[in-house]
Amino acid sequence: MIICESITKVYVNGDVETPVLKDVSFEVKHGEFVAIMGPSGSGKSTLMHILGALDTPTSGTYRLNGHDVSKLSDDELADVRRDKIGFVFQSFNLLSRATVLRNVALPLIYAGVPKTKRNSKAEKALIAAGLQEDHWLHLSNQLSGGQMQRVAIARALVNDPALILADEPTGNLDTKTGEVVLGTFQELNRTNRHTIVLITHELYVAEHADRIIHIQDGSILEDIRNHKKRVVRMHTSL
Amino acid sequence: MTIQDIFEETYSSLTVNKVRSGLTILGIVIGIGSVIAMVSIGQGAQGSIESSIQSIGSNLLLVMPGAQRGPGYQVSSGRGSAQTLTQEDADAIIKQITLAQAIAPEISKRYQVVARGTNTNTQVVGTVQSYPQVRNIQMEQGSFITDQNVLSLSRVVVLGPTTRDDLFGEGSNPIGETVKINGIDFKIIGITKSKGGTGFGSQDDMIFVPLKTAQKLLAGADYVTTISIQVQDQNSMTTAQEEVTNLLLERHRISDPQLADFNVLNQADIVATASSITGTFTMLLAAIAGISLLVGGIGIMNMMLTTVTERTREIGLRKAIGAKKKDISIQFLAESVMLTFSGGVAGVLFGWLVSLAVTQVTGIATQISSSSVLLAFGVSAVIGIVFGYYPARRAAGLNPIEALRYE
Repeated sequence: MIICESITKVYVNGDVETPVLKDVSFEVKHGEFVAIMGPSGSGKSTLMHILGALDTPTSGTYRLNGHDVSKLSDDELADVRRDKIGFVFQSFNLLSRATVLRNVALPLIYAGVPKTKRNSKAEKALIAAGLQEDHWLHLSNQLSGGQMQRVAIARALVNDPALILADEPTGNLDTKTGEVVLGTFQELNRTNRHTIVLITHELYVAEHADRIIHIQDGSILEDIRNHKKRVVRMHTSL
Repeated sequence: MTIQDIFEETYSSLTVNKVRSGLTILGIVIGIGSVIAMVSIGQGAQGSIESSIQSIGSNLLLVMPGAQRGPGYQVSSGRGSAQTLTQEDADAIIKQITLAQAIAPEISKRYQVVARGTNTNTQVVGTVQSYPQVRNIQMEQGSFITDQNVLSLSRVVVLGPTTRDDLFGEGSNPIGETVKINGIDFKIIGITKSKGGTGFGSQDDMIFVPLKTAQKLLAGADYVTTISIQVQDQNSMTTAQEEVTNLLLERHRISDPQLADFNVLNQADIVATASSITGTFTMLLAAIAGISLLVGGIGIMNMMLTTVTERTREIGLRKAIGAKKKDISIQFLAESVMLTFSGGVAGVLFGWLVSLAVTQVTGIATQISSSSVLLAFGVSAVIGIVFGYYPARRAAGLNPIEALRYE
């Protein structure tokens, strides 16, 4: 599903070369829930950008579903993001003056899904993300943080992506709400077999995944199965 | 992205900040509105000048006296001073030039005209029966001078409506009364219909007397000051003009056309000259108004640049969920075109109201042509594209990673 082989990323600023990722190789199988964990400056954000087809590696190959994504043009990368990847960001990034449904349906506009099918797809995604129906027509700036993140999760799900990339999804939430959001990811992973990659700097958050890849100074420090998985039991509504 | 999607996205982003969008549109409204208003005033002026020239008759050639030159001398005594045009010239033209449909010689001069204690100074035109036909004059009351009046040296007069108003009061019926011109009594037999037009040279401030009467009793000379010729149709104007010139040169025994003691004026030339003057005037007004349109366009660009900066994260998000450069730039271009286009619609209305107000207040005729409305829409759309292009490119060129991180 995801195959990374000897990925390096070097930022060049004038004469100064800063290596951010050094020879990173790993695989993620379909239906896995993986946490990539590391302190700030470890290179985990850069790795997330490469996995999310927002950026390309300096060398090495990145295969997503068998396709080499590491040497594509900007517009081809946009197609990969549109068809295969769903993003969930720390700061939600919703259109504040648009309704929940419109926010969720936004990726479908670029995917060329006909207007008549958009709402039903968006509603399906919102149900999967666990946001109650009475919020669907609210403007997104009328929601609480946890509800906003559920809208963002629904938006990531709406086009049925191969991979969901969550970048510090609990960073702007309190512990309890964050717990519920993590529970939502577990639920999606368990029932729908969605492949999820979660990027975080907190061990506590990472421990909600099945596998933890620990990154430090641009290299993989350890890649372990998480035997102490914290399962969120109650799938409470927000 | 379908057209409908683009339209909906654009509408919702422009309504997020209604005040700012409104103020930016206002710049375009004022720009387009002033162009429309200025052009309508200019075209109205052009129309009224042309129609007042047309009102002196249709397909008209005017033979005017030129400068008299002594034989063998290159001394000119001044344009219009020649007294060599005669009734016989007029007779020859109607006889020999088949393109000439009707002809009206006249002798005109300003005299003091007195009636029952009131008096006015006006143009007295001595002419013949065919004058109303050639010069497109209609009668309001009574009848015009007849050829019989001319032959019998009748002391009869036809008043223009303005002269009638000056002498006898507005709307009165003075037929049968007498006026004194140069101390001689004339009986009023008719009033001409008003042709509009004001000021010096108005066709309404004139009085008409029989040609021979004017020559013998008033001027004391046999020459005529103008010969008006009505030509068959518009296409034969130039030919007729040449034929008249050649005939008169021959009759006056002048071999060098440069030394001719007359001028033949073509009405079409007069209209063309007047149109080119008012056209220049219209261009000038439009150019001044165009400057405000340019300023409005810069306002659009300013707003769009601010919007791109403010919505950097949104652009980053749209790129992350699969928008291509093209999608982003089309969206921002659509926003600026929507701004200028709605400004254009409101501007046309605004300009129309302004020109209505100008007509109401000052009485200047205005005229909104469909071409200026189309031009306004075209220009506003082009302004949207031109001034929206740079901001749209900036938005499209943003790096999604940096855009998402933008605070």
